[in-house]
Amino acid sequence: MRAPDSGVLRVGGVDPAREQRQLRNRIGVQLQSAGMPASITPDEAMRLFCAYRAVAPRYDLLDRFGLDSKRSTQFQQLSTGQQRRLALALAAAHEPQVLFLDEPTAGLDVASRVELHDLMRELQSNGTTIILATHDMAEAEEMADQVAILLGGQLVAMGTPLEITATGAGLTKVSVHTRETTLLTNHHTFPAVSQRLVKEDYVVFFSADIGPTVAALIEYVSANGDELLDLRVERPSLEDRFLELTTKN
Amino acid sequence: MQAFAAHFIFELRVGIRNKSLLFMNYLFPLSFYLMMGFIMPGINPAFREALVPGMVAFAILAATLLGMPDPLVNARESGIFRSYKINGVPAVSLIFMPAMTTIMHLAVVTGIIVATAPLLFDAPLPTHWGYFGLITLLLAYACAGLAVLIGVVAPNSRMTVLYAQALFLPSMLIGGVMLPYAMLPETAAIFAQFLPVTHAMNAFNGLAMGGAADFSPVWSLIALFVVGQLAFGLAWYLFSWDGRHTEQ
Repeated sequence: MRAPDSGVLRVGGVDPAREQRQLRNRIGVQLQSAGMPASITPDEAMRLFCAYRAVAPRYDLLDRFGLDSKRSTQFQQLSTGQQRRLALALAAAHEPQVLFLDEPTAGLDVASRVELHDLMRELQSNGTTIILATHDMAEAEEMADQVAILLGGQLVAMGTPLEITATGAGLTKVSVHTRETTLLTNHHTFPAVSQRLVKEDYVVFFSADIGPTVAALIEYVSANGDELLDLRVERPSLEDRFLELTTKN
Repeated sequence: MQAFAAHFIFELRVGIRNKSLLFMNYLFPLSFYLMMGFIMPGINPAFREALVPGMVAFAILAATLLGMPDPLVNARESGIFRSYKINGVPAVSLIFMPAMTTIMHLAVVTGIIVATAPLLFDAPLPTHWGYFGLITLLLAYACAGLAVLIGVVAPNSRMTVLYAQALFLPSMLIGGVMLPYAMLPETAAIFAQFLPVTHAMNAFNGLAMGGAADFSPVWSLIALFVVGQLAFGLAWYLFSWDGRHTEQ
């Protein structure tokens, strides 16, 4: 833990600068690269680290985290996903109040990623606060109650995913696909639309007020004898907002 | 205490599971012992007198100076120490545990040498077992301290080998293992005084094997202890959890 620039910092009610021993018992940390001795087995790692934390080994967590058949396998022979799950089990073994996860799903396949997300939700539902550091905005949007965006070590946005996306330019994406090429060929102006682009068979409009935009679009398509095949409305994603912030800063 | 016991057992197993540690702890010293036992007494009959202490000293040098530093450097550089830190393992365990388990492996190797040398090579056994055990332990302590210190200060594996060989080779050549201290040229004898193994061989001769010491064997014991203390103290002071951060 680094010293704060200003203000008061408490983690689980503990001052990290003065009460480091208490802090270690209240937090769990999973690093992005789970550095473990190559020949250590999950059972041995659990026994060793729980002994240092003076808690009983939580072999049940290894089973729950899908490592039941790998408990005697050496760390070097585990897959990346299994190594991450082991690191997560070790970080959670002493039931910390706050769990720090550093890019836990980086480099994982889709199935392992979903599994790990489920485990994180399970820990969260058991009352553990999870601080998730990630570059994956979709993951942050899906998993987080509160998001903080850091740029160059400075906090530039904080709030729920909805709050953060709402504080941006607020342009909603309206993608329209019609049977004929009415929208593709005619550059008609629609209310509240500030930008238009063509993506495959879709025409994408960026609207500041989707009600009038969508109503005008439907009316225009109908009036020109065309038929609406698909219309999608997507609110700005966290990734869009992140890109907006990084461009601005 | 339970944590230290769990860590000790794990490290002890690593010493057997890890092929390079197994080689340095057992295969290399025992093979060298057998080779020297079969060859050297034929060339130099007096070597038989120093076979047991000499080969025990060699086993200690190989297991500590050649075997211990590299795993420490690798553990630091690959983030293993960081993982240990965040899981509550104190630095003192990381410094002393490899030393303690290596000394355990060395006790086994020493037992094998002591048990087989009289039978295979007609080599004399120590006359004072207490001193023999004490000197063995002090040499292992001093060399393990130096090995840990090398592991702490070496920036990478290549430098580790360089530092370790800078101690190992002179120890073998002028430390009294292959050549008696009394036969060394004056300059080499002065330099040899800085090597722990010189003091161990001197103490073995004067206190454990019933022979004559070249200089005060008591001072040799003190020197070994002081070297061990200083090396472990420095290693503790300079220890860093990873290659980037230096705070303890």
